[in-house]
Amino acid sequence: MAARRSRISLILAPWVFTIGFFAIWEVVVRALGVSNFVLPAPSVIAEAIVQYRTQLLFHSYHTMWMTLAGFGLAVIFGLVLGMALGASQIVHAGAYPLLVGFNAIPKVAMVPILVIWFGVGWQAPVLTAFLISFFPIVVNVATGLATIEPETEDVLRALGASKRDIIFKVGIPRSMPYFFGSLKVAITLAYVGSVIAEYNASNVGVGNLMARASADFNVPLIWAALIALAVLGVMMYAATAYAERRMTGWAQRSQFAAQ
Amino acid sequence: MDAFVDIHDVTHIYAGAEDGAPAVEGMSIKVREGEFAAIVGPSGCGKSTVMKLATGLQFPNKGTVIVDGREVDAPVKIAGMAFQNPVMLPWRTTLKNLLLPLEIVQPHRSRLRAHRKEYEARAEALLAQVGLEGQGSKFPWQLSGGMQQRASLCRSLIHEPKLLMLDEPFAALDAFTREELWCIIRDLHAAKRFTVILVTHDLREAVFLADRVFCMSARPGRIIAEREIDLPRPRDLDVTYTQPFIDIVHELRGHIATAREAV
Repeated sequence: MAARRSRISLILAPWVFTIGFFAIWEVVVRALGVSNFVLPAPSVIAEAIVQYRTQLLFHSYHTMWMTLAGFGLAVIFGLVLGMALGASQIVHAGAYPLLVGFNAIPKVAMVPILVIWFGVGWQAPVLTAFLISFFPIVVNVATGLATIEPETEDVLRALGASKRDIIFKVGIPRSMPYFFGSLKVAITLAYVGSVIAEYNASNVGVGNLMARASADFNVPLIWAALIALAVLGVMMYAATAYAERRMTGWAQRSQFAAQ
Repeated sequence: MDAFVDIHDVTHIYAGAEDGAPAVEGMSIKVREGEFAAIVGPSGCGKSTVMKLATGLQFPNKGTVIVDGREVDAPVKIAGMAFQNPVMLPWRTTLKNLLLPLEIVQPHRSRLRAHRKEYEARAEALLAQVGLEGQGSKFPWQLSGGMQQRASLCRSLIHEPKLLMLDEPFAALDAFTREELWCIIRDLHAAKRFTVILVTHDLREAVFLADRVFCMSARPGRIIAEREIDLPRPRDLDVTYTQPFIDIVHELRGHIATAREAV
């Protein structure tokens, strides 16, 4: 009985907390008489969401595909480079300093260069999303490959396995939990990248919508766009988390997280 | 003596060794086909190096290693290996772990796809032999340590290797499980008659299982004693409490003690 009650509370908790958060926000804004220009109440934001729903949907859709395109590039590039780094010590030693140096650059600083190259359009957001998100994928895939147990390697090598055999039979499957773990980080980063680039160098996307809304001092629309970004971000994160659970269930057998 | 594994006057220095000191020096071991050999010695004496040399994972700086009539210049491909750590792949079921060597070694590699059922039956039969009947569909991490080690033994034998290399495979197990596994490996060896080289620091284990025991000195490893174990086969666990058995263990114990003092 007590166990069932606690399970129900666990299911209800996120709803109660979320609704409570907005309720407190509403009450505080009304009680203190905060102007809509500073901090709109959730009810005002909701109104704006309904009013601008077509625009919000249109721009969210563009933000989503630009993020996913950049993220897709990052996944392909990250897997290939990660495998190269994990499989070859020479590539690892040679490329790592470059990678770290590149990763140290704030990617916002790359946006002007991308604009010079491609002009204003979809290219800058897609490429910013890509540039900002491939690094964690590379590092994680390389780590997964580089940490194969020496005994496993011995067992296979003594049988005459080639390096390629070992990478495909052991290295890649065992780096999958690292890979999917990194996807959760990468999708969030890709999203940051595409929105920043939209803000500066695009005609479409939620970032661009926000840039225009702030130029018009349309504060409720800015907030409505923020909510749209939050919803979209949670959706994309949830999708990668779901993929991770489906693909690497064997790696998540610990009771630790459940306790 | 016609040796199946003939390690002759071998000195080996690992490429990455900081002090450049040899792991083994002037070592000679001869093991006949079908024989069960055990190598014992103080820890860090280069026992595992012997394994790597005999399987072609390392090549000696000096001396020769001949396995099955051929000088070893590449991984031998006729060996199965099992270690202290069962190293099962956690994303594969136990049965699929067993099939892994078959995905590497010819002729099985090309036959596996077409004859999958046959190979799976072979793996199931092997599992049954070590008391893991019907456990093939479980993931290795769902098995106990002793069961994983049994599965690991099965994996090292699935491709019917002519040479089985065991590197302290029972060291991490409790005493009862260890003795159970001694009997399992004894029976497998009796049935299939492959050549075994067992590296261990457990003298009772060596004497109980082996036909021939080699004692190694402290690093750099050399063979300081070779002892034929003429206890009649099949040996029962009770033999470990008889006087002749205890005498042999004592004698070997003496060699190891000398080897340790020499450090």
